[in-house]
Amino acid sequence: MTERCLEIRDLHVSVNTETGHKPILKGVDLTIRPGEVHAIMGPNGSGKSTLAYSIAGHPKYTITSGSVKLDGVELVGLSVDQRAKAGLFLAMQYPVEVSGVSVANFLRTAKTALDGQAPPLRGWASTVNDSLAKMQLDEEFAARSVNEGFSGGEKKRNEIVQLDVLNPKYAVLDETDSGLDIDALRVVSEGINRYTDQGDRGLLLITHYTRILRYVKPDFVHVFVDGRVVEAGGPELAESLEETGYERWLTARP
Amino acid sequence: MATPTTNMSVSHLHPTGSLAIADHRLPSGKEEVWRFTPVMDLIDMFDPNTERGHLAPAVGGQSGITLGRLAVGQGPRGDALLPVDRAAAIAAQVDSADYLLIDQAVAAPIQLDITGHGIDQPTADHLVIEAKPYSSATVVLHYRGHARHIGNVEVIVGESAQLTVVSIQEWDRPAVHLGQHEALIGPGSNYRHITVSLGGDLVRLTNNVSYAGVGGEAQMLGVYFAQAGQHLEHRLFVDHNHPRGVSHVDYRGALQDRNSRSVWVGDVLIRPEAVGIETYEANKNLVLTDGCRVHAVPNLEIETGDIIGAGHSASTGRFDEEQLFYLMSRGISEAEARRLVVHGFFAAILNRISLPDVAETLMNRIDQELAFDKEIQS
Ligand SMILES: Nc1ncnc2c1ncn2[C@@H]1O[C@H](COP(=O)(O)OP(=O)(O)OP(=O)(O)O)[C@@H](O)[C@H]1O
Ligand SMILES: [Mg+2]
Repeated sequence: MTERCLEIRDLHVSVNTETGHKPILKGVDLTIRPGEVHAIMGPNGSGKSTLAYSIAGHPKYTITSGSVKLDGVELVGLSVDQRAKAGLFLAMQYPVEVSGVSVANFLRTAKTALDGQAPPLRGWASTVNDSLAKMQLDEEFAARSVNEGFSGGEKKRNEIVQLDVLNPKYAVLDETDSGLDIDALRVVSEGINRYTDQGDRGLLLITHYTRILRYVKPDFVHVFVDGRVVEAGGPELAESLEETGYERWLTARP
Repeated sequence: MATPTTNMSVSHLHPTGSLAIADHRLPSGKEEVWRFTPVMDLIDMFDPNTERGHLAPAVGGQSGITLGRLAVGQGPRGDALLPVDRAAAIAAQVDSADYLLIDQAVAAPIQLDITGHGIDQPTADHLVIEAKPYSSATVVLHYRGHARHIGNVEVIVGESAQLTVVSIQEWDRPAVHLGQHEALIGPGSNYRHITVSLGGDLVRLTNNVSYAGVGGEAQMLGVYFAQAGQHLEHRLFVDHNHPRGVSHVDYRGALQDRNSRSVWVGDVLIRPEAVGIETYEANKNLVLTDGCRVHAVPNLEIETGDIIGAGHSASTGRFDEEQLFYLMSRGISEAEARRLVVHGFFAAILNRISLPDVAETLMNRIDQELAFDKEIQS
């Protein structure tokens, strides 16, 4: 029996650029067990989004070595949709606009793909509307093109609507709290907590601000610098970062 | 507010028409209007001495319409259409034109099925559609089968009439279809021209409108899907020759595979007398694979600044890998994600067409082609 968890081992990742491969992740180790909340904090450009994208299988990033296992299933080498079907979800730092595809159609197509069968028509509309309402998005959003013309905050809330409807085993949220006003931050945090309150879901929260950690309580905080985790601790680590910043890890480097 | 860019009185982009075949020289491919077209494959189409047959339309059982025939020079044949190229001039000279007269409100779409039976027997037709004042109808021309066809469609939209003409090119390969669709828009009338080009090796339609008097609204919408070896060309010309007309042109096309080619040329001429008009034209292309060629050329000639508005845009974008990633990251397969994006791309036009049957024809066909392309690749 393999233990259930999202297990990242010695992950090395390069980004494919016009000039060749540029190494970004330099050996990341992380284990997220069901029911745990992990926060990652780190300076701009340290590779946090690269971590999120490469786990999800974005074609721009190449995993040069290491492994990512979800409940024992190796994700490296799987297509993007297979990783989602294995139970992974990524809320994007910059959610993509898809013109002409409604939020409702998108959610239904995704749900159908994940479950292997279409959800019953009866009750589906109210499922979508309930999730929208919880994120304080008007019902009209169901008919709107995915993310098209959404404000920054609405896009982020729409990511949590998807989290709510699709209910994956493990979720990686990349700066979902950035760009939210005070009320929206609370609404989004409540959405995240509803997800984690199920007790058996794993959450990896990438953030720059301790603000959200007042609502979503992390079990572990990881400091991410230059493509790897340089320190891990409890919630108190986030508080100390607030005061001292990342200087001690940055200056420690040659 | 737009400002005048030229004081020429005749559009330099659009040739003046003539009924005489001899007035239209054999195209060499160097002419402005033929420069995108593989004219070498069309030599037979330009030969006036070729024996040509007739593709009799099968008309869906309709009341409220009259079918007839019109000889050369017999009105209203020739009231609207003056051929702008050699192929159109050849079709305009056929002995007997089909004539569809609408003189009341006809609710159900009038279906004209036009089926070719071979590429050995070239065909040429001239169809006249006349919507009498205050009448309303939707006419659907559906082209299928094999043919080397020149088909003109001459449309006279009477005062305050409401007419929609849909032309669906769903030919089998390797059909060739040339033609000029010309509409004369009556005052206060509402004309919608919709092209759906899917099949055939080569489709080249020149879709024109001009106005019979003050006011009148033209909407010209189009969708096309070009695949390996297909040449789909749409040339639009809106002649704002009277005050206070409105025109909206909106075409969208997707392309996939090697040697697929689309041409969209949108010419709008706002003559000095066309004060108070409003026009907008747009073309968007979605390139799904390598090897596709897109030509999108909007031209706006403004000879009076005294108008409500004029604008144009044309764009060509590659299939967006970020969209694909986003959809797939939610568990949606690549094929399904591509289908969603392509459907979404066409939705803006299909929603405006609001003819469910036409939308379904297009989407089913596109789904087949996308699936077929996937099979070839794997
Ligand atoms: N396509 C690319 N081409 C070149 N460099 C890239 C590309 N994608 C990412 N990088 C580089 O990789 C590094 C890590 O980027 P990443 O987006 O993962 O950082 P991040 O930690 O998420 O930063 P932020 O906090 O600003 O979101 C950066 O230096 C970035 O410039
Ligand atoms: Mg980032």
